[in-house]
Amino acid sequence: MSKTLFGMIQALQETISSQEAFLTELDGAIGDADHGINMNRGFEAVITKFTEEDTDIGASLKKLGMTLLSTVGGASGPLYGTAFMRAGAEAQGKETLTLEEAEVMLAAAIKGIQDRGKAVKGEKTMLDAMMPAQDALKQAVAEGLSVVEGLEKACAAANEGIEFTKTIRATKGRASYLGDRSIGHQDPGATSFTLMLETATKYLKA
Amino acid sequence: MVGIVIVSHSEQIAEGIKTLAGQMAGANQKIIAAGGMTDGSIGTDAIRISEAVAAADSGDGVLVLVDLGSAIISTETAFELIEPEVAARVVIADAPIVEGAISAAVQASIGATLAEVKAAAEMAKAMQKL
Repeated sequence: MSKTLFGMIQALQETISSQEAFLTELDGAIGDADHGINMNRGFEAVITKFTEEDTDIGASLKKLGMTLLSTVGGASGPLYGTAFMRAGAEAQGKETLTLEEAEVMLAAAIKGIQDRGKAVKGEKTMLDAMMPAQDALKQAVAEGLSVVEGLEKACAAANEGIEFTKTIRATKGRASYLGDRSIGHQDPGATSFTLMLETATKYLKA
Repeated sequence: MVGIVIVSHSEQIAEGIKTLAGQMAGANQKIIAAGGMTDGSIGTDAIRISEAVAAADSGDGVLVLVDLGSAIISTETAFELIEPEVAARVVIADAPIVEGAISAAVQASIGATLAEVKAAAEMAKAMQKL
């Protein structure tokens, strides 16, 4: 099977759709119980806007981000929307990516989320999965690993990041109202990011 | 004249505040509501907000009143989507959305500057009701 950008976006949409209830349940424990619903609504809109004709990674990620901005609704809309748009800005005109380019894109996405949410690492947010994933990618680039090998390292690091979010209290977003009661629950945003990263990795590996 | 944009998670809240503030400020004052999502659900939409800001701007700047949470994040995202020249004269008021919008609209309607309109909105924070 040949790998296409459209195929990957379809895979992402399927993951978000199949994990909708799980993400919403996680959000129900520490937030307003809408993360899965919101993300699913966003990706259902995304999938209608893409075809196999979409091969420019930069333009496509911009379109994907813009769609999330206007369909997700909660804070994850502008956060993921900005992340995809900033990542896309690093991939203009590209139809394939090296691991190094992927690392630069993830770094840009992280910067975008930090600009928006003013969060740092350790506040029980999606950054707690994204930042370790980026560190792992950087190391994989230095070690000269393949794209799939590097992404697998990033997935492992992101999953460790999710585990870490269970041990800390939230200081950003709705979950921060819970204080210490947020401890023990994994962050929904860190989880949705990791699910998307794993989906992209599996798609490329298959 | 400074334009006013109302950003709420609810379309009805944004429209209601627009009507209320418009009644005080008069028909010439530009007040644009940017509430909810295009499918009618609750939420904030950075693209809808960016269009509202562009529609509210007549060259003297735009003051944005927001409700809470993602309204602020979506508004800041919207600023990235508009012309940098327009973005340079758009600010968010740190003010209660209803009282702030009314104070801002009245100030704007008498030809106040963006800084004056913002200050008027933010004074509403200290307004005593009883």
